[in-house]
Amino acid sequence: MTAFINHFAFEFRTGIRNKQLLLMNYLFPIGFFLMMGFVMAGINPLFLETMTPAMAVFAVLAATLLGIPEPLVNARENGIFRSYKISGVPSISILVIPALTTTLHLVIVTAIITALGPLLFDAPAPANWLHYVLVFASLAFAMSGISVLIGVVSPSSRVTILYSQLLFIPSILLSGMMFPYSMLPDVAGKIAQLLPATQAMNAFNGLAMGGAAGFDPWGSVIALFASVVLAFGLAVYLFSWDSRNTDRRGHPLLALLFLLPFVVGIFVG
Amino acid sequence: MRDPVIQVQDFSKSYGDVVAVDGISFDVRQGEIFGLLGPNGAGKTTTLESLEGIRAPDSGTLRVADIDPTRDPRKLRNVIGVQLQSAGLPESITPDEAMRFFCAYHHVAPRLDLLDRLGLSEKRKAQFYELSTGQQRRLALALAMAHDPQVLFLDEPTAGLDVATRVELHDVMRELQATGTTIILATHDMAEAEGMSDRVAILLNHELAAIGTPIEITAAGAGMTKVSVHTQNSSLSDLTLTLPAVAQRVSKDGYEIFYSTDIGPTVSAIIARIEIQGDTLIDLRVERPSLEDRFLEITSHGNAANGGSQ
Repeated sequence: MTAFINHFAFEFRTGIRNKQLLLMNYLFPIGFFLMMGFVMAGINPLFLETMTPAMAVFAVLAATLLGIPEPLVNARENGIFRSYKISGVPSISILVIPALTTTLHLVIVTAIITALGPLLFDAPAPANWLHYVLVFASLAFAMSGISVLIGVVSPSSRVTILYSQLLFIPSILLSGMMFPYSMLPDVAGKIAQLLPATQAMNAFNGLAMGGAAGFDPWGSVIALFASVVLAFGLAVYLFSWDSRNTDRRGHPLLALLFLLPFVVGIFVG
Repeated sequence: MRDPVIQVQDFSKSYGDVVAVDGISFDVRQGEIFGLLGPNGAGKTTTLESLEGIRAPDSGTLRVADIDPTRDPRKLRNVIGVQLQSAGLPESITPDEAMRFFCAYHHVAPRLDLLDRLGLSEKRKAQFYELSTGQQRRLALALAMAHDPQVLFLDEPTAGLDVATRVELHDVMRELQATGTTIILATHDMAEAEGMSDRVAILLNHELAAIGTPIEITAAGAGMTKVSVHTQNSSLSDLTLTLPAVAQRVSKDGYEIFYSTDIGPTVSAIIARIEIQGDTLIDLRVERPSLEDRFLEITSHGNAANGGSQ
């Protein structure tokens, strides 16, 4: 337990001490929130209705997709995993602790966004706080798991950025953060449902903000939690100590199985 | 003779079609400093990583302090310490944090005194990337020593260090040896290997090319002893002069330099010649082949002969 606490404390401090992680965990989400509040709210007043959850989702996407995979890949490539293995650091700690510390940073930054939204921009506060926390937790853990999975299967730092952007950019455009999900064409809407951010925005709207969900909001929460289990399970299964990341138990494409709950959701919902 | 603490028997390892190590055998005795030498790609890293439990051998047996590294990695990590060539630490970790972190995973109290012992007391709160190369190496060594391992693996421990830091680290290695710690020293620095190691093994083309004490290894070579002589009246400069066991001679800077295959008769003949000619000896130097000379001889000829005793 002492080892876990030491490891957790070090990773948490790294999230603030490391300039790149500080940017992704705090500066980028809060800066984007302020910019959207001052600019977007003036252009499109309707944006205010979903501003708080949308900016919380953005914070999660930035901190996880842009903050978790690359340090993992760098650590593997620089032989840090090797020294961890020699010293008995379990792979589960290598994978879970960055996810947990990022989630803790996200709790702080989301609390700031949720408090400042109504105060600075007159954005509506959540109507159901419990559901707000539940949806936030499901998204934060799901995206942390998916980001860890990207770090595990990515062959190099360059490819890591590509994989992260494959999820990050469509999430910004299609999830309902910038404009309502209902405005998407049918096919685009179905594709958007493959994104955890879309599921989270749907659940925030339907369960926490007192708005209308585009599809079953509880289904979204269940799909998100199911993807948490799948993403972490796959990350542990596909994890490699090897600095070249060539020696692993399964094919990297298996990682796409994290999408399974969302695919099922499209057909069920 | 002390008991072997590391036993390597017919060890082979390949990566796909590429052979990394092909059937090597050797042992390391308790309290020895054992140099592991070889050109890049010879199989040193694979051998070390397999002994450290990072890779599993394809065939053969490995034992470290009576532990099979592949089967019992948990037990192994309590008896070995590894100082990696690249320190393998996150760039934002401080020496203090690193010591607490790794000691916690080894289930021992943090050895912050080692940071002081290795001259890191003023850098305990500095981040890893802010440390100099020498400080990073010393931190890596402190972490490797923190749980009092029985066997210490040092991979290029002094590469890129200034002379004072090298001497300091060599002193630490000797202190550890005096307490009974076995040290495996992988290095490209032949002078370091020769000066520090009780025995060395040279890997070449994935096989064991030579093993023995540095003196045994150098003595087993075809390398000739260099005898440099300077006299007042140049009585040895006659090119027709023949001396026993001398294979080659050159003149340089007033010295006559003889390369001898048998030093005794050569030196006796030189002294006799000087006396007979009524000349006066000003300087006489005898230099035996160094480990580096022998290493170059072995690696250049791909000589896989065993150079000493196993």
